[in-house]
Amino acid sequence: MNGTQLVFLGVGAVILISALLVVTTRNLIHAALWLIVTLFGVAILYALLNAGFLAVVQVVIYIGAIAILFIFAVMLTRKELRDRGPQLNPAWWLSAIVAALTFGGLVWMLQGWSGLTRSAGEIPPGFDAVGALGNALIAPNAFVLPFEVASVLLLAALIGAVYVAFTRK
Amino acid sequence: MTTETLIWLIPLPPLLAFFLIILLTNRNKTLSHTIALGAVLAAWVGAMVVFVRALGIQELANEPFASAVKWIPTADTWLKVGVLVDPLAAIGLFFVAWTVLMIFVYSVGYHNFGQPPGDHDVPGLPPHGAMIECGGHKHMVPSVEPMYSRFFAFISLFAFGMFTLVISDNLLTLFVGWEIMGLCSYLLIGFWYAKPSARDAGVKAFMTTRVGDVFMLLGIAFVYSATGTLSFHEIFEPQVLHTLASVPTPILGLSAAGLIGLLLFIGTIGKSAQFPLHVWLPDAMEGPTPVSAMIHAATMVSAGVFMVVRIFPLLSLDPRTMAVVGFVGAFTALFAATIAVAQNDIKRVLAYSTISQLGYMIAALGAGAYVAAAFHLVTHAFFKALLFLGSGSVIHGMEHGVLHTGKHTDAQDMFNMGGLRRKMPITYWTFLIGGLALSGFPLVTAGFWSKDEILASTFGGHMAVFVTLAIAAFLTAFYTMRQITLTFLGDPRTDAAAHAQESVWTMTLPLVVLSVFAVGIGWVGIPAHFPGIGGIVPNWFHHFAGSMLGELHEVEFNWIPLATSLVVALGGLLVGWLAYRNVKSPAQDALQIPILKHKWYIDEIYSALLIKPSIWIAETLVYQIMDKGLIDGFLHLFGKGTAAIGSGLRNIIDKPVINGFFGDGTANAVQGVGRNLRPMQTGRIQQYMVVSLLIMLVLAGLAYFMLMKV
Amino acid sequence: MIPLSWFLILSAGLFSIGLFGVLSRKNAIAILLGVELMLNAVNINLVSFWRYGNIADMAGQVFAIIVFAVAAAEVAVGLALVISVYRQRRTVIADDLDMMKW
Repeated sequence: MNGTQLVFLGVGAVILISALLVVTTRNLIHAALWLIVTLFGVAILYALLNAGFLAVVQVVIYIGAIAILFIFAVMLTRKELRDRGPQLNPAWWLSAIVAALTFGGLVWMLQGWSGLTRSAGEIPPGFDAVGALGNALIAPNAFVLPFEVASVLLLAALIGAVYVAFTRK
Repeated sequence: MTTETLIWLIPLPPLLAFFLIILLTNRNKTLSHTIALGAVLAAWVGAMVVFVRALGIQELANEPFASAVKWIPTADTWLKVGVLVDPLAAIGLFFVAWTVLMIFVYSVGYHNFGQPPGDHDVPGLPPHGAMIECGGHKHMVPSVEPMYSRFFAFISLFAFGMFTLVISDNLLTLFVGWEIMGLCSYLLIGFWYAKPSARDAGVKAFMTTRVGDVFMLLGIAFVYSATGTLSFHEIFEPQVLHTLASVPTPILGLSAAGLIGLLLFIGTIGKSAQFPLHVWLPDAMEGPTPVSAMIHAATMVSAGVFMVVRIFPLLSLDPRTMAVVGFVGAFTALFAATIAVAQNDIKRVLAYSTISQLGYMIAALGAGAYVAAAFHLVTHAFFKALLFLGSGSVIHGMEHGVLHTGKHTDAQDMFNMGGLRRKMPITYWTFLIGGLALSGFPLVTAGFWSKDEILASTFGGHMAVFVTLAIAAFLTAFYTMRQITLTFLGDPRTDAAAHAQESVWTMTLPLVVLSVFAVGIGWVGIPAHFPGIGGIVPNWFHHFAGSMLGELHEVEFNWIPLATSLVVALGGLLVGWLAYRNVKSPAQDALQIPILKHKWYIDEIYSALLIKPSIWIAETLVYQIMDKGLIDGFLHLFGKGTAAIGSGLRNIIDKPVINGFFGDGTANAVQGVGRNLRPMQTGRIQQYMVVSLLIMLVLAGLAYFMLMKV
Repeated sequence: MIPLSWFLILSAGLFSIGLFGVLSRKNAIAILLGVELMLNAVNINLVSFWRYGNIADMAGQVFAIIVFAVAAAEVAVGLALVISVYRQRRTVIADDLDMMKW
């Protein structure tokens, strides 16, 4: 067990526990905050996977924008500061079973796959991951189209969100 | 114009008059009777011209005026119809034309032309008189008949029928004329149609003669099928007659000729009112008197005898048929005479007298006395028409008296009359002449010569017929004198008779004319061997009519029939006068025997035996039981069954299965499924997601395992 | 080194937890939080497949970038919807938003 693995296990534990807390805490602000913790853990995971750019993007976008957005939304939609009553709906046990089954099913399907125990390949020296990512995003024979479409999607989402949440006086 | 054309035209004027009156001039009485009289006068002129021309032809029987046209195509040949004037038809034209003309003239006066319309007269009932005022004094006078024009139309149609029958040369047109006269008889007997007795009498006449006509039609059909023709001169070819006489038929062992003759004769039994189909003639007196005179004395009933005379060559071939004819005639003659002696109605006596006299003629024919029967036919037409018209005049005179006195006296009952010889002289003398002719008063009446000839012909060969006819002759003279005594002689027995009045000239002129014939027409048939005056005037009638049968031997003269004839005639007259000159009421009349008065109860027998069973069969058996019960019952059953099947099917199959199970059932099932599935849709997304994920997992697992197995 | 299976199992677990959250939380915003967890699990999967596959082929990372964009868009619109609903109905409990009920 070398250091990377230990780091991984710790980060993984953090991710899973904080995710569980996200889905179980009563207080929504707490849930949002736990989400931030989970997102941090995921960012570290990206770093472990040598996807540094993605790690930073994760922090900036997810934590810096999305999680903040969640907190705003929670604050805008609460009658009181503290939620009372159970946060899980009456049939939560069925959902738990479904989730468990999903997990079990996924794991079981993965087991049949031969490439499961693959190990990471060597990164060639001088490999510019960010540059390659940038090239891939705008190269005409690569992924420029999804990139443009994603930007259109963001525009649409922007307009849509503004329109939906707009209050007329 | 040629005689043949003229013969064709003779019946047409009366037919034209019928249509004109019915269609155009019904409202105008004067115009109607003018048209009718003009037409019958034209027919009379035509008939007289033809008669005179016929007299001028030698051997008319062998070369008659004849003309025929092709009418119905039948396979290779044609059925021809046409006209024929041989001696028999010429004689027929003579007496028919004269009597019909006289009766038409008489009808003008009889129906009170020129009188005011009645106060309460309705068409359909006899006129009842009108109250008129003259010089401040009111009294009732006879009123004009409301249906005046209709009467003339009908008798014109009748004249057409009779002329057609007389001049026809074949059985078919003879039958046509026969039936037209039957129709007119019905119409005219029931002329006063609002009287139930008149209606019933018309129906009775038609039905009874119908019975005879059916058999006659069978005879005609038989003739046609046996010989292929209906024309007289073709049937009476010796060859054809010989064939018919030798072919046997399965009925009663008669030859074909005999059966045909018998069938045709049954038509005459009906038409000429012989026993047993005589029942209609007395009831036919319901019609106006000119009708009684014309139809039931001079022409229609004579037509029956005329037809038998026509087919005499055929009839005479079979002795059994001749025997039947002779028996029927003789029996009827006596039978009717016995009834006539007990009748009180002046017209009824004459009706039974007619039946009796027709029986004479038929009996004569049955005995083979062709010429005698034809002779009596002619003389009887004249004096019987005279007697009927005279009785009509009497009734008119009596009605005048009834109107005058205002009492309801039966103007036709002889016991209400009496002493009318002073009140109605012309009527009296002419009626007397007619009555004497009927009785056979010697020498000066036509009836003597014809009756004597019949008795002479039947004497010797057919003694039974002779004796019967002699007795009937006695009774005839007796009841005739009874009638004359009660009506004219003595003193008036009621106020109505006391105030009777002579009739107008349109009624008395025909009486006078007919009485001339009643006296003189006999002198054309004086037998050559008659003691004294025989041979002075040739027996023209015998030669003329007898030429129809080829050579005919004059009857051998014998004293006995002559003596018998004189005795019965004079004796009957004397006895009748003696018996009745002091009789004042029916109670004093010894001959009011119930069985005679009630016509030997023949009508009652027919009613019980034939009429009531027929009505029962029609009303009860066929209508109630078969039609309503069986057939309607079956139909109702069928209907109910169908309805039951229908409702059964509906209740068993339609409603529960198709409506219930398939219709409502599926609907309910679908509704139920929907209702039960609906709660699934809660609107909660999380539930949807859970359920869909569960199902997806299950399906994925199943698919994975399936793939794994494969 | 870390085998691929660890990353994959981790992401499966994160995904399941996110799924649990989506299916069982009452609050609509909490449901969206669960969705975020699921999207992150997907991202981990994508990036680890990039890393443990052909590194020159940037498809994995590009896909992850696109997922970021989509997640952001989705959160924005979703929260806008939640706020709008909250304004209308004064509630963010998912079970109360059942107008599509039968």
